Amino acid sequence: MFELIGIPPQALFGQMLLGLINGAFYAVLSLGLALIFGLLNVINFTHGAQYMLGAYVAWLLLNFLGINYWLALILAPVVVGAFGILLERLMLRKLYHLDHLYGLLLTFGLALIIEGVFRNLYGISGQSYPVPPVLTGGYNLGFMFLPLYRGWVVFFSLVVCLGTWLVIEKTKLGSYLRAGTENPTLVQAFGINVPRMITLTYGFGVGLAALAGVLAAPIYQVKPTMGADMIIVVFAVVVIGGMGSIMGSVVTGFMLGLLEGLTKVFYPEASNTVIFVVMAVVLLIKPAGLFGKAS
Amino acid sequence: MRLQKIGIPILLALALAAPFVVYPVFLMKALCFALFACAFNLLLGYVGLLSFGHAAYFGFAAYISAHAAKVWGLGPELALVLGTLTAMGLGLVFGWLAIRRSGIYFAMITLALSQMVFFFCVQAPFTHGEDGIQAVPRGRLLGLIDLTDNLSMYYFVLVVFILGLLIIRRAVGSPFGQVLKAIRENEPRATSLGYKTDRYKLMAFTLSAALAGTAGAMKALVFQLASLTDVHWHASGEVVLMTLLGGVGTVFGPVVGAFLVVAIQNYLAQMGAWVTIIQGAIFVVCVLTFRRGMVGEVLEFWRRRNAAGPPAPPPGGGH
Repeated sequence: MFELIGIPPQALFGQMLLGLINGAFYAVLSLGLALIFGLLNVINFTHGAQYMLGAYVAWLLLNFLGINYWLALILAPVVVGAFGILLERLMLRKLYHLDHLYGLLLTFGLALIIEGVFRNLYGISGQSYPVPPVLTGGYNLGFMFLPLYRGWVVFFSLVVCLGTWLVIEKTKLGSYLRAGTENPTLVQAFGINVPRMITLTYGFGVGLAALAGVLAAPIYQVKPTMGADMIIVVFAVVVIGGMGSIMGSVVTGFMLGLLEGLTKVFYPEASNTVIFVVMAVVLLIKPAGLFGKAS
Repeated sequence: MRLQKIGIPILLALALAAPFVVYPVFLMKALCFALFACAFNLLLGYVGLLSFGHAAYFGFAAYISAHAAKVWGLGPELALVLGTLTAMGLGLVFGWLAIRRSGIYFAMITLALSQMVFFFCVQAPFTHGEDGIQAVPRGRLLGLIDLTDNLSMYYFVLVVFILGLLIIRRAVGSPFGQVLKAIRENEPRATSLGYKTDRYKLMAFTLSAALAGTAGAMKALVFQLASLTDVHWHASGEVVLMTLLGGVGTVFGPVVGAFLVVAIQNYLAQMGAWVTIIQGAIFVVCVLTFRRGMVGEVLEFWRRRNAAGPPAPPPGGGH
């Protein structure tokens, strides 16, 4: 086998794949954040906790009800999304007329509560979730070994992102959504139920987070802190990409994941911080973000 | 004004007598966090900037002063100054980056930058990772007063705290502070009046970071420990909670909030994750029902009783 600058291709491509998987999670999570921010003007700090909830719901379904991965992939987002809708109806709704910062503070408090509850129930050690039988094993691609489940995560995340993009850019419903982001009062005047649209958008964004959680469950350990660690990086991703466009969030997410993977190969000490450094550089060159509109 | 003339001597007398009644280490911890919260409030309350990463300055200064006192053998006052200056430098750089965006982005950027500091502290050898810097000597103040005694340490902490508070009051009350408030109320208008608002924001940010650093450095001396807890985002969240609970934009609000939150931590310490749940619940209740905070609500009640006028709009309205 060949070697690249002293690095075996197995290690290089293996880390790149791991990076792509992380990128897939960044993409799906920042997509949800951007959708919610567009319509609600709230930065959903609970997003990380909802991602963690998705993983736990899948784990609970498997261990207590024997419900398999594929059903959990549908059920967990629905359950967590419904919980999100409840939060929006009961709490978030009361803050829309206030400074956006209050939404951030409320969702931060909610994230603390959710994380605390799960720490009480399951401690800080992680639970493992088995890879579904159909997706165990992998292929030897010649230059690297591709574990089937990891390939599936990247593929399925891409499909989800693309699907969301199509719905928002190409359908009637999506056009309402885009109009609502631009000018909710006017859209309401045309007889569209904007408050309901807001509620459903929040539920959908939260559902996306939970979906990412289910996808992550077999790869990472299911543990209470998994969301908080993720959400801060996703915030940096959102700052880098800007929340202006759906495609922008997706592309930025995948690219940064890949960059993180490459950093793990070439300079592992910086792999935790590389995204934050990129954020600092982007702030210097293009403060509005790569795909953002100047406000 | 009359309230202040009576109130401040009483508070001072209480602060002087407190260590004979209450456990001094608890008081010192509360005072450190109170200074931290006041420094944070300088930004949120008077400039309207929500920094979600103030733990970076607090915790990193703790590491620097602990290292200075233990490894370099500097006295407590020099360690404190060094910690403060480091936090100031860090605040200058991070503030310079973060003020390019405002509102929610500002909060996310400061949070991300502080997470970078956290990862740096996890990896850097001098911080000793999970162990932290332990057995930091408190030393002798100016080579004279032995600070290993909790009572002398308490009065040292009290003096530093009061000095910090005076600096903040001076800054807020000065023409500089008036410009900050103008930026909070209407930044484009402040710009149109010819103020370089970015420069003012950066100065406020740097001052806030420096004082947060003083608080952190002091905490490292009090507990003779600098650890990852102080740079973690949880600490950033706690200082927001203290300020919100006590009252954003009031002078004594953050102090009250800090004492309450530290008390909750101390009394519920055995209950593990319940502390997090309770803190989260306080956040939710504060945001949904009393956004003025405890001191803010009392002041508003006082004002309404005296003036019998219409209530002032609660903070955050009209956006």
